Amino acid sequence: MEKSCGPVWVIAEQIDCRILSVSFQLIGHGRKLAAALDTTVEAILLGHQMAEHPRQLFAAGGDRVYLGNDPELAVYQPEIYAEIIEKLAKEKQPEIILIGSTSMGRELAPLIAARLDTGLTAHCIDLVIDGNNVLESRIPAYGGLLSIICPDRRPQMATIAAGVFPNPEPDGNRTGDIIPIEVPKEIPQRIQTLKVVREEPEGMDLESATIVVAGGAGAGDPAGWRKIADLAQVLNAALGATRPTVDEGWAALETMIGQSGKMVSPELYIGVGLSGELQHMVGISGAKVMVAINNDAKSPVFEQVDYGIVDDCREFVPVFIEKIKAYREKLKTC
Amino acid sequence: MFKIVVCVKAVPDPKEACNIKIDPVTKTLMRCDVPMVLNPLDKYALEAALQFKEQFDAHISVLSMGPPEAGNIVKECLALGADQGFLLSDRAFAGADAFATAYTLAKGIEKIGPFDVVFCGMASSDGSTEWVGPEIATFLKIPVVTRITEIVEYNGQWWTVKAELENGYRLVRVQIPAVFTVTRALNTPRRLSFSGIIKARKKEITQWGIQQLGVSEASVGLKGSPSIVSTIATMDSRRKVEILEGKREEKAEQLVQRLANAGVL
Repeated sequence: MEKSCGPVWVIAEQIDCRILSVSFQLIGHGRKLAAALDTTVEAILLGHQMAEHPRQLFAAGGDRVYLGNDPELAVYQPEIYAEIIEKLAKEKQPEIILIGSTSMGRELAPLIAARLDTGLTAHCIDLVIDGNNVLESRIPAYGGLLSIICPDRRPQMATIAAGVFPNPEPDGNRTGDIIPIEVPKEIPQRIQTLKVVREEPEGMDLESATIVVAGGAGAGDPAGWRKIADLAQVLNAALGATRPTVDEGWAALETMIGQSGKMVSPELYIGVGLSGELQHMVGISGAKVMVAINNDAKSPVFEQVDYGIVDDCREFVPVFIEKIKAYREKLKTC
Repeated sequence: MFKIVVCVKAVPDPKEACNIKIDPVTKTLMRCDVPMVLNPLDKYALEAALQFKEQFDAHISVLSMGPPEAGNIVKECLALGADQGFLLSDRAFAGADAFATAYTLAKGIEKIGPFDVVFCGMASSDGSTEWVGPEIATFLKIPVVTRITEIVEYNGQWWTVKAELENGYRLVRVQIPAVFTVTRALNTPRRLSFSGIIKARKKEITQWGIQQLGVSEASVGLKGSPSIVSTIATMDSRRKVEILEGKREEKAEQLVQRLANAGVL
């Protein structure tokens, strides 16, 4: 390609002045994309009392940080954030913009994409530069892996969940430019974030758990779901969910595993009453040992695990729990 | 009168969606007779509108883009209590990504006429991008709040809503007209009633194509989509499975043994 290529951008996200790990992961992967394109990696960081934070972004692999450091930017304000990024992108012409797939990212990314008249991909499990210097977003769907490209418009945009890319090894010797961004004065104030409330998460953290038990629609009803939750508790495991169980209201959205939820890599994964849909399975492809419990012997889940139990999960799980307890008792007495 | 537009989508029944595969040659979905249903989250969007209408004088328009068969889900919304149905249907709309879909829906909303709020489901069960609501809002140049869990206050032109965050929420004050994308936490959708179905018979569904919408063929459907599918690969996530046999007790015992031996229990 004869035209020189703009930078790779990462929209960094902070909560209470802490930069999220996904932002560092995107900078780390952004370096690879930038190397393939022979360009730089730049982060946009919006917040308040963030003057020291660009250092962390340089250490992760950033070459430049655009820093908006203003009380108005302390928490996510959709119109102000979108306005700043739109204006800056129109001026600086980034080739690629990467955004973490968080509540903020999932709203801000389409606001920016529509303002910049460009395409945006969700649920990417990999991002590569193809032979034409075009960004390929790889997305699992319907039993295959789609590569989605945005051939004619720039920037090329994608959202990526935490855990898809590894944390980069920080290099404290790296430095870069900090470019301050002013808050534009003439933004329509039609929308204001009044308050942000964060609670301590319930149950085990999925991303750091060594054992993950995931339940599917095969639980049948809330009583069946409780049995799966009991199994997670006995194993001291994090409880994950599939899309249909979130749809049913049995499980919370933040426990959903898969392409539109969390990516986890536990030592042991036990999928209970789920069919092994790819949208879910990509979220646990990093698991070491995998078990499926499902009453349908023909279920695709049995091609994707190490151990299979063909049985009604509602009947099997209580028996399994008793056997686990007995095993643990035996260990104690040895 | 307060005017509400609810955007809905016909999606392959999520309960049977695992039967849908991609045709590696044509790069299109082989739907394999999976029935199309109202996107689950859109029921919550419609319910939000219906509950508003129960308290205030309001008119609810339901808008969908899709093939003529998608008229069935619009009809379902009319039977649930919406006043008027609109279906954007044209061969030129086919193959749209979220961007072109949002653009077309925004054009439809403009053609329906002045409105106060637009409700959408947070995401569709098939694409699940969450892009369409915020992109509609951007094309209409109005604010959006995504993932709302509660409408705290409607106070004239200013609404206060709670929106879902990881392990929490944000409280947002927003001036209408605005777009809201809704989560399941917002309400409990009502079920179809016989009287609703009877009443819906008298309600009309207006169908519009590119000419009625006044949009160019280049701005909608596949041609108007910045993103395209370039290649399709098969994913090999297969492992060598051992199916444990025997009575329930025996299977449980064997599983405990296998996991203990693997050092993961």
